[in-house]
Amino acid sequence: MPGPHAILNYTRRLRGPMTNNRTWIPYLLILPSVAFLALLFVVPLVQTIWLAFSDNGLPSLANMRTMAGDLNFLPSVRNTFLLTIAVVPVQVVIALVMGTLVAKVGAGRETILWIWTIPLGISDLAAGMVWLSILQNTGYLNSLLFSLGLIERQTSWLTYQTPVALFIGIAVAEIWRGTAIVMVIIVAGLNQVPKEFKEAAEIFGAGPWTRFFRITLPLIRPALQSALILRTVLAFEVFAVVYALGGRNFPVLVGEAYTWQNQNQNYGVAGAYAVLIMVISLAATVVYLKAIKVDPERLP
Amino acid sequence: MANIVIDRIRKSFGSFEALKEVSLTINDGEFVSLLGPSGCGKTTLLRIIAGLETATSGDVRIGDRSVIGLPPKDRGLAMVFQNYAVFPHMTVYENVAFGLRMQKADDARVKAQVEKAAGLLHIEQYLDRYPNKLSGGQRQRVAVARALAVEPKVLLMDEPLSNLDALLRLEMRTELKTVLQSAGTTTIYVTHDQTEAMGLSDRIAVMHNGVVEQVGTPVDVYNHPATRFVGGFIGNPPMNFIKVPVSNGQVVAGAEQFVAPKEAGGEVVLGLRGEAVELAPLPQGLEMKVRVAEPMGSHLLLTGSIHDQPVRVILPASETVRSGDTIGLKLDRNRITWLSPESGKSYPAVAA
Repeated sequence: MPGPHAILNYTRRLRGPMTNNRTWIPYLLILPSVAFLALLFVVPLVQTIWLAFSDNGLPSLANMRTMAGDLNFLPSVRNTFLLTIAVVPVQVVIALVMGTLVAKVGAGRETILWIWTIPLGISDLAAGMVWLSILQNTGYLNSLLFSLGLIERQTSWLTYQTPVALFIGIAVAEIWRGTAIVMVIIVAGLNQVPKEFKEAAEIFGAGPWTRFFRITLPLIRPALQSALILRTVLAFEVFAVVYALGGRNFPVLVGEAYTWQNQNQNYGVAGAYAVLIMVISLAATVVYLKAIKVDPERLP
Repeated sequence: MANIVIDRIRKSFGSFEALKEVSLTINDGEFVSLLGPSGCGKTTLLRIIAGLETATSGDVRIGDRSVIGLPPKDRGLAMVFQNYAVFPHMTVYENVAFGLRMQKADDARVKAQVEKAAGLLHIEQYLDRYPNKLSGGQRQRVAVARALAVEPKVLLMDEPLSNLDALLRLEMRTELKTVLQSAGTTTIYVTHDQTEAMGLSDRIAVMHNGVVEQVGTPVDVYNHPATRFVGGFIGNPPMNFIKVPVSNGQVVAGAEQFVAPKEAGGEVVLGLRGEAVELAPLPQGLEMKVRVAEPMGSHLLLTGSIHDQPVRVILPASETVRSGDTIGLKLDRNRITWLSPESGKSYPAVAA
């Protein structure tokens, strides 16, 4: 019988070259995606930051000052934040209600989910156009209100003279457009919760509300966290729907970046806006990560 | 404490009848197992008693009060689930306290009850941990403690030990028996494991295809199965069934002769427990061809055939029989069950 060293050497000889060959294969496979991201994400990111914080090739806060001093700056910050605060919680609540309702449905569940996720497949500009066709002067809403005798002539909803109606119109369109993705994430989260948890809670005396708040909601924390981060970041980047419905009557951060880039041809200020949006998004993400802690120990 | 009356419960899922008029009475403080193979309706029946499933028709009474229309929480019961269903986002303490919290018990009572239940199940040292840090057996203890903490009138258990490994299952079984005996709670225990049901129960209800085939004490069900299914399901090895001819009210099997049950026709099924035999020198006794002999240490397990029908018998470990042998078996006359070959039901016992 060969001694232990002989066996070890033998297996080493067998495995040695193969494992050596294999160590770099994972890196090789990952390389294209890393290179791709580095080229098309990290490089532009660094360039944008440099663009925002430089003037004629020298470090400078001039672009920041121009941005902050602009007439539309404060309204665009205010509008973006108001829209995010109005839209994201409503989307999460609607998505939770939809997800909970569809869980009770037996037959036809897939069809309902399929219909509910249709807005996911529509580009945001197209979604804006859909709502424009509803809310513009000659739109479906006015036609309906007129035929019901509620208005006597065409009413404007989307002008700078009707800021509240414009805000509500944009918010509704955004809610319509962006709830589906929240719902998809939350339905996936709800599906991960075994029904025995709810049944056990029911047996031990928890009513439907208690079951929802004490059992279901804590157990879908990871899904909730993902949905909130994703939706909030996207809400800070709102642009196309606003552009379609309100144009510059309702300035938002990305809209301003677009205007400075295209109309004013001032890439430095556009870069400053882009950096600001990124900082806000990162801050929101950090807030969510801290506020909704996901402890893997407390998950099923 | 309360008795439970299950009164003509039926349950259909579409055209499939899961329960066909099941009636069963469970006495106050009794431990009754619902035993049967998967798909027999035992879990459905338990869920109907719990209120997690609605019956198509029939009534369930707990302590002489009909509970069929009541939600689970108003039925005065607690339940232990097969996969524990211990809440992962709560500490063991809060898990055990859950039912009491829902009843809005004050903190002092919650603390006292949690400590009592945790003490019974030996989980005091885990109270501030989260369930994910516990083993399956420990989680199951938490689930049982949670159920006992509310001092339920009725405790329902759905295959509580089936997710544990064999050694732990045996240990938990013994412990459950001790704990539940001292609690005195009326318990319904669903299982497909006949040794569990035999070991734990005061009475066993054997279910098959949505029907209760037999209700009785473990010894009764083992020794006097009401049907061929019960005899085959309970006991390891299962009861042997040997079809034998009847002539002139007598059954002649090898050198053995028996009085046939008077209801029997031209043939009768002889139900024989594997251990109700002893070795006899041929031509005495009943001839058995041994195909495989397995010495198990505590006993000798023989697989083969009698009258060309498959049988398994158990002999003392001291006997020497080898594979391929032909042996004679003397049957214990008091432990023979006669069954109808047509209906599979057993005949009333015949004087030997």
